[in-house]
Amino acid sequence: MSPSTAFRFAVNVTPKDGILDPQGRAVEGSLPHLGVTGVSDIRVGRRIELTVAAPTEVDAWTTVERLAGELLSNPLIEAYAIESLGAVSATTSDDDVAGVPA
Amino acid sequence: MVRIGVVVFPGSNRDIDAVNALRVAGAEPVVLWHESADLGGVDGIVLPGGFAFGDYLRAGVIARFSPVMRSVAGYAAEGGLVLGICNGFQVLTEAGLLPGALLRNRSLRFVSRQVAIAPQRLDSPFTRALESRRPLRMPVAHGEGCYFAEPAALDDLEAGGGVLFRYVRSDGSTAGEDDRANPNGSLRAIAGVTNAAGNVAGLMPHPETAVEAILGSEDGLGIIRSLVDSAAERAAAGRRSAVGSAR
Amino acid sequence: MSALAAPRVAEEPLHRRLGLTDDELVAIEARLGRRPNDLELAMFSVMWSEHCSYKSSKPLLRTLPTAGEGVVAGPGENAGVISIGDGLAVAFKIESHNHPSAVEPYQGAATGVGGILRDIFTMGARPVAVLDALRFGDPADPRTRHLVDGVVRGVGGYGNCVGVPTVGGELVFDPSYAGNPLVNVMAIGLLEERLLTLAAAPGPGNLVVLFGSTTGRDGIGGASVLASATFGADEPSKRPTVQVGDPFAEKLLIEASLELIERGLVEGLQDLGAGGITCATSETADRAGTGILVDLDAIPRREPRMAPFELMISESQERMLAAVVPERWPEVRDVCLRWGLPVAVVGRVTADGDVTIVEGGLDPVGRPNPAAVELARIPAKALTSDAIVHARLASPPARHRPAPAPGAAVEGSGGLPERGMDPGAVLLALIGGANLSSRQWVHEQYDSHVQANTVERPGRGAAVIRIKGTTKALVASTDGNQAVGLVDPWLGAALSVAEATRNVSITGARPLGVTNCLNYGDPTRPEAFWQLQEGVRGLGDACRALGLPVTGGNVSLYNESPAGAIAPTPVIGVVGLLDDAATRVGPAFLAAGDRVLLVGSSTPGLLGSAYAELAGVAPEDGPPALDLAREAALQVFIRTAIGRGLVASAQDVSGGGLAVALAEGCIWAAEGRGLGAVLRLPVKGAPAVELFGEAPSRLVVTCRPAACAALLELARQHGLPAEDLGAIGGDRLVIELVGQGATGASEERGSGVADAVDVPVADLANAWEHGLARALGEDGPDRSPGDDGRAGNPPEIR
Repeated sequence: MSPSTAFRFAVNVTPKDGILDPQGRAVEGSLPHLGVTGVSDIRVGRRIELTVAAPTEVDAWTTVERLAGELLSNPLIEAYAIESLGAVSATTSDDDVAGVPA
Repeated sequence: MVRIGVVVFPGSNRDIDAVNALRVAGAEPVVLWHESADLGGVDGIVLPGGFAFGDYLRAGVIARFSPVMRSVAGYAAEGGLVLGICNGFQVLTEAGLLPGALLRNRSLRFVSRQVAIAPQRLDSPFTRALESRRPLRMPVAHGEGCYFAEPAALDDLEAGGGVLFRYVRSDGSTAGEDDRANPNGSLRAIAGVTNAAGNVAGLMPHPETAVEAILGSEDGLGIIRSLVDSAAERAAAGRRSAVGSAR
Repeated sequence: MSALAAPRVAEEPLHRRLGLTDDELVAIEARLGRRPNDLELAMFSVMWSEHCSYKSSKPLLRTLPTAGEGVVAGPGENAGVISIGDGLAVAFKIESHNHPSAVEPYQGAATGVGGILRDIFTMGARPVAVLDALRFGDPADPRTRHLVDGVVRGVGGYGNCVGVPTVGGELVFDPSYAGNPLVNVMAIGLLEERLLTLAAAPGPGNLVVLFGSTTGRDGIGGASVLASATFGADEPSKRPTVQVGDPFAEKLLIEASLELIERGLVEGLQDLGAGGITCATSETADRAGTGILVDLDAIPRREPRMAPFELMISESQERMLAAVVPERWPEVRDVCLRWGLPVAVVGRVTADGDVTIVEGGLDPVGRPNPAAVELARIPAKALTSDAIVHARLASPPARHRPAPAPGAAVEGSGGLPERGMDPGAVLLALIGGANLSSRQWVHEQYDSHVQANTVERPGRGAAVIRIKGTTKALVASTDGNQAVGLVDPWLGAALSVAEATRNVSITGARPLGVTNCLNYGDPTRPEAFWQLQEGVRGLGDACRALGLPVTGGNVSLYNESPAGAIAPTPVIGVVGLLDDAATRVGPAFLAAGDRVLLVGSSTPGLLGSAYAELAGVAPEDGPPALDLAREAALQVFIRTAIGRGLVASAQDVSGGGLAVALAEGCIWAAEGRGLGAVLRLPVKGAPAVELFGEAPSRLVVTCRPAACAALLELARQHGLPAEDLGAIGGDRLVIELVGQGATGASEERGSGVADAVDVPVADLANAWEHGLARALGEDGPDRSPGDDGRAGNPPEIR
């Protein structure tokens, strides 16, 4: 096994400026019910957190960038921003997939 | 008999409808499993509705990376006929085989109802069997069907004849973006598009579920039959050229 | 051992904290011959919950008729199965998910759909339809709106993704459900009879295989505990983790399960629902007379460090348990992996009759490894068929009003103010009200046509699903009558059966069988248990009178909130068979000139009626009489009439009475464009009672004029009164009141009372279409916020 560190990232995906965002509008529409004023330009997006094992943070970032551009967002309608959450100690996967007997 | 492939992802569910419709239209449906890159020499391809891989991230995005889609992209590049319906349309836009994107419905709710769509051209491989531009009644059933492209791209699409179907009101006029007749708020009421070459098309409504009178409408059959006829013609031309080259 | 790590409340013994009584602990010790350990106690607590054991209702349910023509699987199996010819059979069942939906409406409803679908495909049937019967409190209450929105999204979110059409059901508002909504879901599947698969684990030595999603901590104590405890406003923190549904995983599970069955790779199959692995292993072993040895180490899990009790009672969704002959294992594994599903051998079928839990692995022939530790050993039947049964006390409440015996005089009605009543305005208010208006707002969120079989979309009576490759169709309906059930629970249940079967019969279909979801209160209260007892008696009486088997169902008790118990609510699901789908008759008026007939007994009353609810008064009438023999005759009559081609349309007269049934026929005519009718209604008593009163066993039947005489004669032969009210035509619904009770004849009713209903059908349609959205506050500008005239309409294309 090559030595690698686990880095945690967040990818924030939001609708690009000017793209119809009915969710954002719905949230905005609900504000009067809460008696809140002065809030505008609500955009609703999605946040994906992930752990990447790589030799360096730069390598990990490259992987995340590729995922963000090709899978996690649709460049036609969405923008993304990557956020580094730093190195994490262990890379244990919670997904204990079936130990299949031979 | 014309053989039309129906691509099946694990979460496809209107493959049942597509297979039924192709049989009604006189074609032989051939199931193409997503893990196989082999298209089995079919004469045309349908990408059916459903939730290909659960579509939790974004409709159609994961399907685009499957082995079958690499083959479908190659097939389309060679001029093969590909029709994406609902989720199939979403997969084709995600894969870049069709322009635009399908956003969440403006109502933020899943919408399932009968709509009317009008073909915008009758010379496409997907509309040639239709006799007129009369509105066609068929169901929609989707949560992400709001057709979107940048204004300039929409202008280009219209100029190039890329708009295949629009949602229309009961009097046949084009629906506005907030009309009930436009079930998802699609820009310019676009219900279906085709690529520049004209051999790949997608639409949100379900012609394959409206192919028998007992199901409430037969209006979808003309679209399915167009695909079958076009595929048959292409297959015959292919055979002629194959015979020609052998001599 | 201390499998349960929760901090112990001083003095409160574990069994009580798990919801077991002291008596039940004694009964457990008697069955084991020793004290149970903590893990065993946890297993008993889930299996002896009301939800899994039916410990209060079992003696009552045994009284139901279960035999019938073509029944190949009945109560006790995952779903009822009835043969329908051509080598095919239909599987169907209804089930509740009330309490989970009250806590988390989206996931509660979604997992409710998932659970009932698994019951269907476990039998080898492909699910072809879902119906959802939903009941909530006041639609104007924000809490109700939140629940309705979440439940409808949940049903749709799950059903739409798995690709099973939601074709019908109910949405009812009644104040008694304010603190405790009802979410009952019925599923229907089709199978080749030869592929019928039972939920049993036969064959000692066979492998026990778990496939589907991994096992996590979600729903620990979920449905079992939720279904057994009354909600208190002060204890949200005690609510356990909600189960989260994954409809994509369910879709994979359907395809994998049906492939395993079709290829003959499994000996038995059981889904995992309430009680998780504990329930699936003990039930399959008990049914086969075998035992099961489970190796906890082999269970694919999604979280580390799960305690044995968590693994055994987790209610993680989308899992299945199969009994597999060892030689077939490689193929079983391949099928599951091809569908992307985790799969593992988690144990063996044994001959000892026990459910045995070990940690430490099994050897190649299925014996525990030398170092393995046995954590629990319980006779399978002690957990299931030999679980405790309680003989509950039943006593009627001080004030209840039993139904009059058939033939006995019905108390006259007239307890409502009639002064100034404009029947046309009342009709508009009724048909635009929360309970009688179009359910379109709901149905449009459900994919109702996937699979290309839906002949009748939801919203206009019974659902109709054609069977590909045949001329046949399945017809299904769910109905429940809580308003009458409140004063006479026997009658409420019997009426529900009558209405559900009637709704199937009026399409021309022959009802095949009945499934039921019995929603009642706390069975330890004698009044609530009496309601359940009377409800089951009504269900049985009605099914016997109509010659129908009860093939399964579900009991949901403890439907109470701090505000009180729900009205007793038996929800009845009926499936029928139409031999030729093309002969189906619908409820919409067909053509101008057709005659409009009222067929059936006609002594309507206002008790429990939509009119009484609208007027906001509780009428002093007795409940309506139900003559089950006449109901049976009515259903035979209408099927015969349809079979002879005499009928153009047929509609049940139910909520809102005759006027509403007529209005619906008008509104739905001509594909929703509407048709009027000009009718004369002889009125003997108060006009409001004749127009809006409710009574069972009545139909509005329309026919071509030439068929009218034959239809009237056929009704007479069946001993049914029938009247020709007039003809279809025009664009208004006109009902002229004539006879001694007509308004002009009763001076004391005062002035300003109209002599007729005379309303444009377009107005009726408008009220009907928008009523529900209006009631839920979903029709206003709030709905699509900020429509600021963005882009104008695109140019018209000609």
